[in-house]
Amino acid sequence: MVKGKVHKYPDNVDTDVIIPARYLNTANHAELAAHCMEDIDPNFKEKVTRGDIMVAGWNFGCGSSREHAPIAIKESGIACVIAKTYARIFYRNAINIGLPIFECEAAADGIEDGDEVEVDFSSGKINNLTKGESYQAQPLPEFIQNIVNKGGLLNSLK
Amino acid sequence: MGMTMTQKILAAHAGLDEVKPGQLIMAKLDMVLGNDITSPVAINEFEKAGFTDVFDKTRISLVMDHFAPNKDIKAAQQTKQSRQFAMKHGIVNFYDVGCMGIEHALLPEKGLVAAGECVIGADSHTCTYGALGAFSTGVGSTDMAAGMATGKAWFKVPGAIRFELKGKLGKYVSGKDVILHIIGMIGVDGALYKSMEFGGPGLASLTIDDRLCIANMAIEAGAKNGIFEVDEITRAYMDGRAQHPYTVYAPDPDAEYEKVYEIDLAAVRPTVSFPHLPENAKTIDEAAAMNIAIDQVVIGSCTNGRLSDMAAAAELLKGKKVAKNVRAIVIPATQHIYKECIRLGYIDTFIDAGCVVSTPTCGPCLGGYMGVLAEGERCVSTTNRNFVGRMGHVDSEVYLASPAVAAASAIAGKIANPEEVQ
Repeated sequence: MVKGKVHKYPDNVDTDVIIPARYLNTANHAELAAHCMEDIDPNFKEKVTRGDIMVAGWNFGCGSSREHAPIAIKESGIACVIAKTYARIFYRNAINIGLPIFECEAAADGIEDGDEVEVDFSSGKINNLTKGESYQAQPLPEFIQNIVNKGGLLNSLK
Repeated sequence: MGMTMTQKILAAHAGLDEVKPGQLIMAKLDMVLGNDITSPVAINEFEKAGFTDVFDKTRISLVMDHFAPNKDIKAAQQTKQSRQFAMKHGIVNFYDVGCMGIEHALLPEKGLVAAGECVIGADSHTCTYGALGAFSTGVGSTDMAAGMATGKAWFKVPGAIRFELKGKLGKYVSGKDVILHIIGMIGVDGALYKSMEFGGPGLASLTIDDRLCIANMAIEAGAKNGIFEVDEITRAYMDGRAQHPYTVYAPDPDAEYEKVYEIDLAAVRPTVSFPHLPENAKTIDEAAAMNIAIDQVVIGSCTNGRLSDMAAAAELLKGKKVAKNVRAIVIPATQHIYKECIRLGYIDTFIDAGCVVSTPTCGPCLGGYMGVLAEGERCVSTTNRNFVGRMGHVDSEVYLASPAVAAASAIAGKIANPEEVQ
């Protein structure tokens, strides 16, 4: 269960705006986080606090396969991402690095920027504390929960 | 129930007789690919997890193409780390400056991928190899690390959209126009999580370069993979080139598709995708009428850096000049293509026209180097993405097009129809 303030984004947020390629000359997580969302929300790194939640529309994370994108989001302190749908490589990458991620159209429509939101990872229940609404996302399938619980894909293989 | 090409290949690699859409499987991999940006992340994960050996040193390809020749000190550190890993593990297919090319042009050229294979690459355009009838998909660095360690990857079996091609492309119309037209039709998430399967009588008129270009941009419609039926053209390309015996899979006659589109190739016009999404497609007739002045043209990339792309650009640029105030950057995708361009006189044509010709690199496509855009600048590019800030400043614009349209636009100084420039 996590609770945090929402940073809301539109449809088709691509990995080039999540972490522009000009910063891909490093794999250092902190350096990547320093430029997270820079081309879509230049003040993101000042606004974000640990435990916040990112919400977006359709096809979040489209484009490049760069794992640097979910890494930058996770390292920024984002505890969970909720979107209507995800581009498939971003979806895989988020799970593989242990960034919890949910698909929920109703939540993405109902939640606004700045809302206080609570997410229960095991049930997929999302509560909007600001608006007094709740939404139901599909909980993660069991084999994916296993990867997340073990701290990522590679740890689950050991 | 019948299976699509992709489902058959995945079933075979999972040791199953049959798979269904949505089923989770563990599949054996024939090739695992990484580049100088994604490999360092994978190597860190591989080492952090305590793996000491790769599953097969002949079935891993590491290609230093994105920021190589090294664009700065940090990029140099990343290729150094990849190089040291390749040496330590005896990676046979390590391609560094001097023998490297843009990965998705290089691997097919070297015969490292072929029909029926199951391939992952830590680069989204790994879907390119579907042109040869392989299942091939982009993944992240952690999947690459796991693939290097175990030779396996998990997949959710995708459903499919079938594209039934008929007719023949017109003059100055190429695979690029076909895929931009299709993405314009179905949208950037029109094939999300699915296979795009291409077949039908129109296939016979598409060259391997056209097919590689079309499969390359399947990801731009959100697809898991793009895949082409194998015909005599594919076999002719692979025979004598493929480094392993290949297997040809055809879709079952009763394979289920979520949708079937019929594409009349003869009706496809040269197409330009406007900022800031590949789905913003317009025909060249609409685009040219808008008189959009440009600052730069890039002809190259994993989408359009192949020999036929160079030929299309050279045909238009021969005896012509690039417009004043336009920078034209031409990047043959591999050393082999570069040499062929020299042999065929294309390099002379490009330089005489006022273009600059670069060593193979992905550089400008992702705003890395070799052609970064300033605020307010516009570029017609044969690359694959026109997202906000993709090629440089957040207020620059990228127009995606074929090599013919890009070359015509370089000459005209604005988005132009090759039919009119010629």
